[in-house]
Amino acid sequence: MTGPQIPTFSGTAPFPVAARQALGNPQLRNNMSRATATIQAKRQRAVAELDDWEPLRSAGAAIKDDALARLPDLLVQLEERVVDAGGVVHWARDAAEANAIVTRIARHHGATEVVKVKSMVTQEIELNAALHKAGIDAWETDLAELIVQLGHDLPSHILVPAIHRSRAEIRDIFVREMTRNGRPAPADLTDEPAALAEAARLHLREKFLRAKVAISGANFAVAETGTIVVLESEGNGRMCLTLPKVLVSIVGIEKLVPTWADLEVFLQLLPRSSTAERMNPYTSTWTGVTPGDGPEEFHLILLDNGRSATLADPVGRQALRCIRCSACLNVCPVYRRTGGVAYGSAYPGPIGAILTPQLRGINQHQVDDQTASLPFASSLCGACFEVCPVRIDIPEVLVHLRTKVVDRRRGFDGERAVMAAAQALFVKSRWLAAVERLAGGLLGRRRWLRMRGPAWVGAWFASRDFPPPAREPFRIWWRRSRS
Amino acid sequence: MRVGLFVTCVNDAMFPDVGRATVRLLERLGVTVDFPAAQSCCGQMHFNSGYRRACQSLAAQFADVFSGYDAVVTPSASCASMVRHHYPQVSPQTTPLPVYEVSEFLVDVLGVTNVGASFPYSVALHQTCHSQRLLGIADRPQRLLAAVDGLRLVELTFPTECCGFGGTFSVKNRDTSVAMGKDKVADVIATGAQVLASADMSCLLHIGGLLSRDRSPVRIMHVVEILAAAA
Repeated sequence: MTGPQIPTFSGTAPFPVAARQALGNPQLRNNMSRATATIQAKRQRAVAELDDWEPLRSAGAAIKDDALARLPDLLVQLEERVVDAGGVVHWARDAAEANAIVTRIARHHGATEVVKVKSMVTQEIELNAALHKAGIDAWETDLAELIVQLGHDLPSHILVPAIHRSRAEIRDIFVREMTRNGRPAPADLTDEPAALAEAARLHLREKFLRAKVAISGANFAVAETGTIVVLESEGNGRMCLTLPKVLVSIVGIEKLVPTWADLEVFLQLLPRSSTAERMNPYTSTWTGVTPGDGPEEFHLILLDNGRSATLADPVGRQALRCIRCSACLNVCPVYRRTGGVAYGSAYPGPIGAILTPQLRGINQHQVDDQTASLPFASSLCGACFEVCPVRIDIPEVLVHLRTKVVDRRRGFDGERAVMAAAQALFVKSRWLAAVERLAGGLLGRRRWLRMRGPAWVGAWFASRDFPPPAREPFRIWWRRSRS
Repeated sequence: MRVGLFVTCVNDAMFPDVGRATVRLLERLGVTVDFPAAQSCCGQMHFNSGYRRACQSLAAQFADVFSGYDAVVTPSASCASMVRHHYPQVSPQTTPLPVYEVSEFLVDVLGVTNVGASFPYSVALHQTCHSQRLLGIADRPQRLLAAVDGLRLVELTFPTECCGFGGTFSVKNRDTSVAMGKDKVADVIATGAQVLASADMSCLLHIGGLLSRDRSPVRIMHVVEILAAAA
């Protein structure tokens, strides 16, 4: 057991509040800004090596759009191929159904523990907490996921979930926690990366050899062959996918690509965008079961959990193209300062701000305040769209979702009043001129203003001055000087 | 060529010098400028904040006010990108208007890079998000400033990074906005520049607000104010 409670994102404050807390942590800000700057620069170099990067991005977007447009047929095709190859296919409408299926499979095999390949979808459905409740330990075997798990922490990045931790913090977590969960870390463990990795390797080895059941997600699922694809860097995935007797893969329905040949595009886009590598160290592909080689039993759980509802929205559906590379996180000036936990979801950063609200039903109904705050967690600078390997226009979707939040808000609302007043003024240029004159007459000194006030006024002036209204607005000057 | 000036609501009410500099500069280059008085705001605040219908009425008004001009010139990359990129989404039926950010108009339409200005100060240029990512014209202000007599252009370490203004983002997510702005201020201060210039006063009112609170001597100026400074 890793502890009495497995942390989840439920109860996270709305983004502005959660962000304020994160911004007050200098260690976090320092770790985040250094790490993201490094990855960002490496990605830039990896991408610059290819002279067909832009056509590749367009191809990636087109393949995903085509797959999404034909999703029902392709899913049935995938199911048939997997069953033909000796696998079992389950369909899960939501997180609860998926978690129940995994629990049932583990219990059926009398497993009290499972080993896991790094997987975003299992974070999304909070599988570890569900298994914990059922008395089953889920061991993360990816180094960064292990750090998060042992630290009783929440992931803050899609690719590098422990990005908010420094080497020294990781050493302390290993020394303190490994001993409670299996093979202890050496007493003289240093914070050298190689030493930390070796401690994790030894700690995990006994779990790989003991586990009967492994859990994975997938980067891609190929409909024409029924092949599941996992990309990873550490070999822990390969261990999980080949050693235990039973393999369960939980796959979001948007992970589908029509053909094997389509992988050619994504196996270029993903490593360069995520780890800034030409090719990732381990690419595992498997189709059902192969007697005498690898797992004897393979279960594929196809998960919806809000994806069909996202697909129904013509603007929002492009979020389903996402291949979880996290390039948008590393360039996002908001994410780089707040870190990922402030987003209150397994999917942080710009992509999280458009994906999480949609998976939680923002296209269909009113959502909670935390979810509704996510589309506003952006200055709309557009850096995310610029790097996205599948050309998701994240700012466009953010604005689209903001409209949904505003349209569904009920009751009196100061913001709506301000917006309505501004609009009324803007459509009557004479009133606008009168108001400008009045403000200029009252406050039109040359110095910047400094004041106190409620709501937005207080929010601005807490740290910033504001330019004074002009004594003579431009339109008045024009009339005076040109008539 | 009939040129309509869209001064923008922010410049009209708070930075009229930017509008006057735009007129002075264009007239110096032989362009006759008209200012249709019924103009107000492009509706970007409403659009970005999720008030789509309010934005539609402002977009319709804009189209009405500026129809018939051969070029609409505005001293704001942000407002130019609103009209050019987002109006087609807001009201697909309206005909696109030939809107240009002023530095883009100078370089691409008039074919001028040396406007004959003189400005003996060191200047850092903040490349606004909308000029670089939506309009793709970040080099125009750069080229124009580089040709100004006496001006020393200094490089920011992170020239492409957002300043954190973001319209209502600046108040809804004030802590994040200010954190981004303070990093930008630190970058500006580190260059030793006397003036911070940009193609958007909205970025500059945020950065300038932080500079003013710090009692910094660095001045904020629109690019066009520098270009209008006579030789």
